[in-house]
Amino acid sequence: MSSTLLLPVTGIARGHQTSFEINHATREPVWLRRMVVAIALLFFGVFLLMPLIAVFVEAFRKGIGLYWQALLDPDALAALRLTFIAAVIAVPLNLVFGVAAAWLIAKFDFRGKHLLITFIDLPFSVSPVIVGLMYVLVFGVNGWFGGLLQSWDLKIIFAIPGIVLATVFVTFPFIARELIPLMQAQGREEEEAAIVLGANGWQAFWHVTLPNVKWGLIYGVILCNARAMGEFGAVSVVSGHIRGLTNTLPLHVEILYNEYNFSAAFAVASLLALLALVTLSIKSWVEHRAQAAVGAH
Amino acid sequence: MAVTRSFSVLPGFNLTLGYTLLYLSILVLIPLSAVFIKASEFSMAEFWTVVTADRVVASYRLSFGSSLLAGLINMAFGLMLAWVLVRYSFPGKKLVDALIDLPFALPTAVAGIALTALYARNGWLGQIIEGYFGIRVAFAPLGVLIALVFIGLPFVVRTVQPVLQDLDAELEEAAASLGANRWQSFRYVVVPVLWPALLTGFALAFARAVGEYGSVIFIAGNIPRVSEITPLMIITKLEQYDYTGATAIAVVMLIFSFIMLLSINGLQAWSARRTGRAG
Repeated sequence: MSSTLLLPVTGIARGHQTSFEINHATREPVWLRRMVVAIALLFFGVFLLMPLIAVFVEAFRKGIGLYWQALLDPDALAALRLTFIAAVIAVPLNLVFGVAAAWLIAKFDFRGKHLLITFIDLPFSVSPVIVGLMYVLVFGVNGWFGGLLQSWDLKIIFAIPGIVLATVFVTFPFIARELIPLMQAQGREEEEAAIVLGANGWQAFWHVTLPNVKWGLIYGVILCNARAMGEFGAVSVVSGHIRGLTNTLPLHVEILYNEYNFSAAFAVASLLALLALVTLSIKSWVEHRAQAAVGAH
Repeated sequence: MAVTRSFSVLPGFNLTLGYTLLYLSILVLIPLSAVFIKASEFSMAEFWTVVTADRVVASYRLSFGSSLLAGLINMAFGLMLAWVLVRYSFPGKKLVDALIDLPFALPTAVAGIALTALYARNGWLGQIIEGYFGIRVAFAPLGVLIALVFIGLPFVVRTVQPVLQDLDAELEEAAASLGANRWQSFRYVVVPVLWPALLTGFALAFARAVGEYGSVIFIAGNIPRVSEITPLMIITKLEQYDYTGATAIAVVMLIFSFIMLLSINGLQAWSARRTGRAG
């Protein structure tokens, strides 16, 4: 080790290091630091990066012509359409619910609040397969309302409504979960002041609450959307896998894969991987903006 | 749910309470109760025969065993990644931080086929592991473990990271000034603070892994008694129109989920108290 250790840390050097790496009490030896970073990055590379890269490599393996052919296939387009329909219905429904539930939990004290929060979390911990099963038990031909639905000539299971229901269930907590802690941390004084000054409840929400939680709201919505478009297990149980009719994009991927049409399966999968990457970029951007907003206060 | 509340000037209590409970009941509580009502058609003995059948028990062993192991692996490497992201600087850090959430955002079926392609005998990683070491990953129980590690990783990183970020250097400075070496202050100062968050992350990853379906079924190979996970047993019964059988296994999994949910809530409350963060 040379005498550079004795030199004061310059501003430029500090720019490349975290304060923990400079502070003597929180600093590990350089070899240890490098080793830990190397192991962590190796794990990251093998478990997260490689699967992502593999999707795109496999998608283009048989050339760009077959790639476009797989995406423009009528069945793929029908699946894309259904995936959009499910998300367009599920996301706004869960948005309204998320805002209502967050307002209730953050702005009022009542008994049973913790139980309510636990119930809202429930869909996170239920296996997607069970989600599908329970809707089959309620709306299926032999289910509770099966006879009634049949007499009205309505079909929920093995049809689009079942897919929408399953999607709503699995994406149910995302927006509420994002908003509740934010609105709790924000407190009630600002809204109370607005009400005392003559605003009605809707105005207080629109002009006071919403600007404060907008980044969290956007993040909740994009996460909810990503999950809605990507759900597989629950949708697979209720869909019936009718090509061109009740297949979403993830189900279309499965069918192609099981037919050993790997390139086409990965081509469609690359579309979903792209959606995931866009979601993550928006998330990073939102976090960046939220931090900037905190800094500006 | 008994509801009493203190007075508030803010409007909307009745509206939001009514709407929240209605929406929750229609979408979640009533369909979930259907599972338990359907299961009550069984006698206890019949129920027991279904849920303890050989093939089903083998699936529990695989599902719970590999979920547990995946959770432990994620606890170690998740802590390491969180540590590196908070404490160290390295090129590409922002990208790594953003991509940690990939398993949340990537549809499980896509993850499933990508992992299968990687670990199959002719895949990039499968070639090495199976070719040189003779260890089969894809279409074997090890493949299940790999998929579960993939989907569980962000749970640990994202619960540990904020706690680590809020941890003041002062604690470690105090330990150092009292003569602790770096390992001692990590072991006796940092780890006790992180412990509740680590356990919470583990529990979240474990609970999610047990119910996971999409990312596992492609790589597992689904060989009866060898690489069949419990959610697949439910699907298998459904495909045979054995709704009661599927329901019985679902009840076992749901009871487990509820226990996990309660433990996670308890762990989070403990973590909040330990670190002084608002729950």
